[in-house]
Amino acid sequence: MARPEIDSVTGVETTGHEWDGIKELNKPLPKWWLWVFYACIIWSIGYWIAMPTWPLVSDFTKGMLGYSQRTVVANSLANARAAQSGFLDKIAASDLAGIKADPALLQFSLAGGAAAFGDNCAPCHGRGAQGAVGYPNLNDDNWLWGGTLDDIHKTLQVGIRSGHEDARDNAMPAFGRDQILEPGQISDVTDFVLSLSGGDANAEAAARGKVIFAEQCAACHGEDGKGSIELGAPNLTDRIWLYGGTRDAITDVIRNSRAGVMPAWKERLPPETIKQLAVFVHSLGGGQ
Amino acid sequence: MSWWSKHKIFETNSIVLLVGILIVVSIGGIVEIAPLFWLKSTVEKVQGMRPYTPLELAGRDIYVREGCYLCHSQMIRSLRDEVERYGHYSLAAESMYDHPFQWGSKRTGPDLARVGGKYSDEWHVLHLRDPRAVVPESIMPAYSWLAERKLDAKDVGENLATLKILGVPYSDEMVENASADFNAQVDPDGDGAEALQERYPKAQVRQFDGNPEFVSEMDALVAYLQMLGTLVDFATFDASGPNLR
Repeated sequence: MARPEIDSVTGVETTGHEWDGIKELNKPLPKWWLWVFYACIIWSIGYWIAMPTWPLVSDFTKGMLGYSQRTVVANSLANARAAQSGFLDKIAASDLAGIKADPALLQFSLAGGAAAFGDNCAPCHGRGAQGAVGYPNLNDDNWLWGGTLDDIHKTLQVGIRSGHEDARDNAMPAFGRDQILEPGQISDVTDFVLSLSGGDANAEAAARGKVIFAEQCAACHGEDGKGSIELGAPNLTDRIWLYGGTRDAITDVIRNSRAGVMPAWKERLPPETIKQLAVFVHSLGGGQ
Repeated sequence: MSWWSKHKIFETNSIVLLVGILIVVSIGGIVEIAPLFWLKSTVEKVQGMRPYTPLELAGRDIYVREGCYLCHSQMIRSLRDEVERYGHYSLAAESMYDHPFQWGSKRTGPDLARVGGKYSDEWHVLHLRDPRAVVPESIMPAYSWLAERKLDAKDVGENLATLKILGVPYSDEMVENASADFNAQVDPDGDGAEALQERYPKAQVRQFDGNPEFVSEMDALVAYLQMLGTLVDFATFDASGPNLR
């Protein structure tokens, strides 16, 4: 190879490449950069040996450290469980009243319950458990299926019309759609239902509606309209309405019925979390 | 004359350079991509996965059409906070019948890989119609027209047949009965429900949008959402063992 040519202007060697009379100066990479590059190559060889790297015919090299993302997440979940085991083991062993009676367990459950509520329950019941049309407010003392710790716990586990075999379930007939009552009769019953909570009702229509109510509705909602927690039949004498308390809303429910669904959480959340949720929801204001 | 000075051949001949680049890139592909097609642990075998029912598939097409994947991922990563919030991390097998998969890369909304069964049908309908009605802080757009748009079953058979070509194990029987199965899934009192569930185990048969008059796009989308993440039987799944990675 010929002696490198020196560029006369800069005094730097050229690479000998020439395009249309323009020559390329030989400017090597900085030494520090080059050594970092070589260090990376050496590092990668160590990495191949330690970590899962090369694909083979039917498997891949596992590496000497036996690293696996699945092991990492399993360990971090186990560590988190272990860190909380002082509380969680007691929660698993204790009944709900026992959790409520122990201030430390109660505090832990309220914090854990609030977090689980935000993840799982808030989309329907609202961030502040205030509910929405069709989804009960959990802050008041009005409960469709019971507001004791055990009632709430059971509702959480099996859900309402959830398809779970033990789910809380009932069915209100669609009095209009299925032509059980005439439109006029539905209007009368609406007046009577409105009158139960002191709403704006026609007294004459309400009197007619009362007779129909006794025949058709009282079996679940009770003679006095106070409902039944056992049957999940709402109290109609308060002014708390799941689907609205206007004349139109009440008529719509009588005509077409309603059947809200709450999922069963038993298969989805760990039993300790469901207990924490029960204690949390019970604490919101209206626990019985 | 060192061996390195031969690079002049490449620098002065663009076709040779092109061929050289192709060879180098192919080596990378052969080493990094090709093995995924034969490694047994790429898509591990799990119990419970089945192809989508015709109605779920139609719902999935609406999911793609509306660009849901732009804000919702379907990929629970193997990280503690994700597993605690969303459930078991996603498995490759869970999206093996997806063409294309809906893993997504952005979460403006929550991950949907296991949203099936988490909320009621009624909630989904309300929420799709007007997200703010149930989640006041939501910034999701409303999709109120889905409940009004009728979805007909006339091309579902072709849809299944096309996916079959791509390797989704639809049987001839499934393709033949596609339109019947499509309608059967929203007709719990009909005769077709049982046959549907025989062909597609764990298929949920309900009036998803609550409107018995016609099969709407809402029915299909809610059926798809309610199925997501519910198929794999995790009781029989072994995270270590042959699938370890």
